[in-house]
Amino acid sequence: MSSSSLTVQKLSKRYGDFVALAETDLVVAEGEFLTLLGPSGSGKTTLLSLVAGLARPDGGAVLIGSDDVTYSAPHLRDIGVVFQNYALFPHMTILENIAFPLKMRKIEAGEARRRAQEALEMIRLPHIAQRYPKELSGGQQQRVALARCMVYRPSIILMDEPLGALDKKLREHMQLEIKRIHRELGATIIYVTHDQEEAMTMSDRICLMNSGRIEQLGTPGDLYFRPETLFVADFLGESNLLPAKVEAVEGGEISVAIGAKGIKGRALADGRLAPGAAVHIMIRPQNLSIAPAGEVDGAKLQATVTDVMVTGSLTKVYMKAAEEELPDLVAAFPTRASGETFRMGDRVALAWHGTDAVAIPESARN
Amino acid sequence: MSAVSNRTRSAPMPGWLKNWLMIAPLLLLLVGFLVYPVGKLLSLSFVDAEGFSLAAYKQLFASDLYLRVLWITLKISLITTLLSVALAYPVAYLISTASPRMKGRLIFLVLLSFWTSFLVRAFAWVVILGRNGVVNQFLLSIGVIDRPANLIYSLGAVLVGMVHAMLPLAVMTMLAVMENIDRNLPRAASTLGARPGAAFWTIYFPLSMPGVAAAAIMVFVTAIGFFIVPALLGSRFETMITQLIIDQVQQTLNWGLAGAISVLLLVVVLIVFILYDRVFGFATLTGESPAGTTNRDTAARRAGAKILTMVGDASDGLIGLFPGSGKSTDAGKTPWPLTVFVWTILVLISVPAFLMVPISFSQAGLNWPPSGFTTEWYAQMWNTPVWTQALWRSLTVALGTGILSMLIGVPAAFLLARANIRGKAALLAFVLSPIVAPRIIIAVGLFYVFAELNLVGTSLGLIIGHTVVCVPYVVMTMVAVLRNYDTRLDLAAQSLGASPAKSLYYVTFPILAAGMFSAFLFAFATSFDELTIALFSSGGLSATLPKQFWDEVTLQVSPVIAAVSTCLLVFISVLIFTADRMRQRSLAR
Repeated sequence: MSSSSLTVQKLSKRYGDFVALAETDLVVAEGEFLTLLGPSGSGKTTLLSLVAGLARPDGGAVLIGSDDVTYSAPHLRDIGVVFQNYALFPHMTILENIAFPLKMRKIEAGEARRRAQEALEMIRLPHIAQRYPKELSGGQQQRVALARCMVYRPSIILMDEPLGALDKKLREHMQLEIKRIHRELGATIIYVTHDQEEAMTMSDRICLMNSGRIEQLGTPGDLYFRPETLFVADFLGESNLLPAKVEAVEGGEISVAIGAKGIKGRALADGRLAPGAAVHIMIRPQNLSIAPAGEVDGAKLQATVTDVMVTGSLTKVYMKAAEEELPDLVAAFPTRASGETFRMGDRVALAWHGTDAVAIPESARN
Repeated sequence: MSAVSNRTRSAPMPGWLKNWLMIAPLLLLLVGFLVYPVGKLLSLSFVDAEGFSLAAYKQLFASDLYLRVLWITLKISLITTLLSVALAYPVAYLISTASPRMKGRLIFLVLLSFWTSFLVRAFAWVVILGRNGVVNQFLLSIGVIDRPANLIYSLGAVLVGMVHAMLPLAVMTMLAVMENIDRNLPRAASTLGARPGAAFWTIYFPLSMPGVAAAAIMVFVTAIGFFIVPALLGSRFETMITQLIIDQVQQTLNWGLAGAISVLLLVVVLIVFILYDRVFGFATLTGESPAGTTNRDTAARRAGAKILTMVGDASDGLIGLFPGSGKSTDAGKTPWPLTVFVWTILVLISVPAFLMVPISFSQAGLNWPPSGFTTEWYAQMWNTPVWTQALWRSLTVALGTGILSMLIGVPAAFLLARANIRGKAALLAFVLSPIVAPRIIIAVGLFYVFAELNLVGTSLGLIIGHTVVCVPYVVMTMVAVLRNYDTRLDLAAQSLGASPAKSLYYVTFPILAAGMFSAFLFAFATSFDELTIALFSSGGLSATLPKQFWDEVTLQVSPVIAAVSTCLLVFISVLIFTADRMRQRSLAR
């Protein structure tokens, strides 16, 4: 496998006055699975198009391995792209579709057929070689698009929301399939999605984008447990974000005063915070312990239940805090077999461990 | 509980009866004023005073005159088709890849020529190619020639006029197909390693073939029944078969021979259509992708793919000769020679008609260059009762045709777009047949039937005749509009308590308003510009505008014609502009 690293230096793109991508730096290691995650319009597809050569950057550079390909045409880049709607050629059979990149590389016809057939076996669809794209289901088309992209072993594979059109079950199956192929080929993959669960389960690293910039780059765990900005905390999973003030800093931990009443608490923080700084304390719903009012020691917040949702394995309880200025809260716990839970209007007490709370500096963008 | 009693009172109409009521007016119209007249005309070729006779056919084949004319007709039509399709392809390609704003402007230009009367455009070439016309004056002034050349009344002039007349039709037909080609496919090809030439020839071009085929047949069938251009720009060596039919009816009143020539023409058109259906299928004509007709792996297909691969390699080799080109991300952009070529074509198809504007104000009459300023020609037009009467007659007929076509065509379109009925394809083919049947045959047949019914020279007769040829356009437009309409909106309205009639009134029609208006305009403009039927059925005294135009142009070429042309041009521009605004407003919603 001829997989390569990708380096993006100060790459930028505007459309008229709209900054689709602000100056961006990014390095993707050989064989890495990197996901570009973000809401629509955040610049992830722009970045992908610039790497693929489907759009021309306004500045910066794109390097594949050590080759500068910033202004090269797509067919000279040795990349593979899996398009959102698959972009299978409707007038060619499946085998011809898969053999197309080999034919373009002037590989002898017999050899091309053999390798295309191999690729069909890899995606476990050897029997559809002579069919046309419109005769296949969405999931099958998706796998053919993958095969067409893998068959010529490009050094980098770019995927633009490849599973967006599939239903949930098929999507989960295809996620495993793509991971399997990634492992078997060891390819460098850059994967665009707006589905945070997909990003969490598939990626080595996630590059979370917002308004044309990289908001945070790190492992799924980094982004989920150590968000650097409110945007990241809010985008990845549900969270409770409580406004607070830093009172003291002790190594990796701080003590804070929450809300107007100055409720005392502790949280994890990096070393950049100083006493007096405004922060938000992020607590994930599953880390918030909830009990009927007066039954927990060390309760920090009082609240009233406004809604209860059983989502299957988890039960979510939505609450209004007793302190007016605090935002609405949510707690989650494993659904009990007895079905016993809280009711609307119940008064509850909330607590958490200092090691489950993360301080996010106020000064960060957003 | 009025709702409940309502529901029990009105017993639901059986489905077949409802379907029948929707399509019956259209079928009756076509049977009465298309099938019967054409059948009558054709049958006239088999009778003489004593009954059954083949005398007309004996006359037809007695000399080689008619076959020679048929051969000339086929030759001119074929060359016109090839040239039109070849020139229209880059134009349609550029339009389909342009940015939305640019696309709007380019389509406007094409539509303007498309809707500008064939008569005006043919007349413009008379002025341009005439002895004292634009081309001769230009060549004289730069000293290339010292005497005016004989440009007009030649095969070249006819071909120029024909191609000019057919180009907009070819562009619009191809554009319909190209718009539906996924823009990602050529891009996908390039990420898979295809060079620009290979991406175009092996991916885009094969996918655009149905459009090329549809454009070719539309142009060919229209060209084969054309008589305006060869009559105005050709000599007797460029006489086309339609002109022979006109002569037989208007000058010698030989109905038998006219019928026999019509049979000949119809047979040729039928053969062309049968061949087309064998190769491409009729479904491609209505913009539907031929579902179910999967192109199996055939030897012909493989050979085609091989040739295209070679063409692709060759063009990439050519591109490679220019250093640097095709290697950067700019390769996806439109190359500038293509842009220049397309703009040249667009200017060439728009300019001739616009030349009428300066000429209509010129004291030099039809001579080029125009000099001085006068409104004399307009005054003459306005003070000549035949022109003003013709204008009113045309407006009345076009309005009547528009309304009647909508009343008959819209229900039929609803049925064809939504109901799942047996024999739908055959029904659609029948409904569209007035477009593809040579207009001259319909016109002559109608003339014969109208004479029996005393409808010659009446507005009613013209409205009926024009509705026959306009209704297919209404049906086509409305079927396309309805295909984009989400029928769940009707179900939503009905679930919210609206009766079917109310949901039609409050939901369906308001959303479809723009589409319906453009269908109406289509019918209106087609009728307003219709010459063939009017040529016979308007009688001597009550001419429509195109008929009056035709009579004037064939008798004498006067500057008043330029004034009339200018008025027509302005009128059509306003119509298209309005239609375009309506369309944009409906899209913005």
